[in-house]
Amino acid sequence: MIIPQHVGPIDMVAVIPYIAIICVLAFVLLLVPGLVWIERVVVALIQDRLGPNRVGPRGLLQSIADGVKLFFKEDILPANVDKMVYYLAPVLVIVPALAAGAAIPFSIVKIRLDSGVVEPIPMVVGNVNIGILFILALTSLQVYGIVLAGWASNNKYSLIGGLRSSAQVISYELAMSLAILCGVFICHSLNLVDIVNHQGGYWFGIIPKWNVFQFYGLGAVATIIYLIAMTAETNRAPFDLPEAESELVAGFHTEYSSMKFAIFFMGEYASMLVVSGIATALWFGGWQPLFPFLAFIPGWIWFIGKLMTFIMIYIWVRATLPRLRYDALMSLGWKKLLPMALVVLFLVALVDTLQTPSQPVGSHVAQGHLAASMVIGESQR
Amino acid sequence: MQSYVPFVMFTAIGFAFIFVTLLMARFVRPSAPNPNKQETYECGPVPVGDAWNQFNIHYYLFALLFVVFDVEAAFLYPWAMAFRMFGLYAVVEMIIFVALLGVGLVYAWRREALEWE
Repeated sequence: MIIPQHVGPIDMVAVIPYIAIICVLAFVLLLVPGLVWIERVVVALIQDRLGPNRVGPRGLLQSIADGVKLFFKEDILPANVDKMVYYLAPVLVIVPALAAGAAIPFSIVKIRLDSGVVEPIPMVVGNVNIGILFILALTSLQVYGIVLAGWASNNKYSLIGGLRSSAQVISYELAMSLAILCGVFICHSLNLVDIVNHQGGYWFGIIPKWNVFQFYGLGAVATIIYLIAMTAETNRAPFDLPEAESELVAGFHTEYSSMKFAIFFMGEYASMLVVSGIATALWFGGWQPLFPFLAFIPGWIWFIGKLMTFIMIYIWVRATLPRLRYDALMSLGWKKLLPMALVVLFLVALVDTLQTPSQPVGSHVAQGHLAASMVIGESQR
Repeated sequence: MQSYVPFVMFTAIGFAFIFVTLLMARFVRPSAPNPNKQETYECGPVPVGDAWNQFNIHYYLFALLFVVFDVEAAFLYPWAMAFRMFGLYAVVEMIIFVALLGVGLVYAWRREALEWE
């Protein structure tokens, strides 16, 4: 479908970021109750239980009822908390998640400019040049929210939950950023739109050129490292030690009630959506169709479909695997994923070097200047 | 820089959304504070002292190791963007750099800093 640039007095090219703002906000905020419902139904199905079935048909209105309940619930402010930090913490959890969602391109629209040229414009709130780095920076801000919530609550369980969480998140962030770096290597760009565009096309007309299938299996290894790290990053089962309810009450949000608790809850689901969105865009071709003959399905449906697949994997893993012990968690992060990610990274670099035609070695200094000025130029553009 | 404008707007909307929800909930919810209700919840027993005291030093060790490797990752990103102009030379140099840090990881591993007791 090709849209003309001017629909009445509206300039579509200028309006697209604002449409994207509405779409992303609506998607994240409206989907969270839906996700909670889906999760409860699927987990009940896997564990052979009934699941929600009281409010509305098939319990469909259960999450909405829960939301309304939280909204009207008394907000208890414990006497011994550090008030300012206590109120700041939930905001620090959800705002970075929402802001990171703004950098993920979820589709592409073709627009016929006034000059007659048809140009593909990505549907993204902010098409920044260093997209993936920007998202990484924002998602690592979330750990502040969790550790501050644990500290400000002035509750021993919350403190332990917050500390556990911060140690876990920083441990897995290393493996995650190195795995993302492998994807950056394959596409030679930090811009997520370029990364998705690079994954268009098919080998033998049938196997999609997604990053997960690239570089003789190395892409798949990096993808698996990323998927494990992203589960740990969002504190989801089997890595949900910060909120291990059987040993820590509820971890860092024990002292939070009413809407403040709801904001933590939404933040967790919003960051699940964000990391799944990165996985989709970085490894599984974003809006690129799986097979060439399925290209008639619009890009945003592909994107949301892949996103929901990751959400389903999250739920499946949660229903299947028991929680890890803390020492096993740390040794998985530091002794297995981190060395593995480093090795994969250098194998990808070596393969890439051997694939590209070699250049004459010499005048490294001049080239160094060129590279430095290019990197600086990229970030200023 | 222009591509960051929608970002700032989006973040502002995010802040506004949270502020408005918290504010609106304030008008509709009951408020009946009570010293028993406001006590720290530690499964029933009366809390002894506050929670702002010592905790396991091991968390600091992991934080230190994290800083080292995070700075390394910060170096690797520009390298990944520019390395095509250098080819094998850049790869070998970076392997040497990461190997030096890797020695640090091996040292921490051997000294059992990565064990959690």
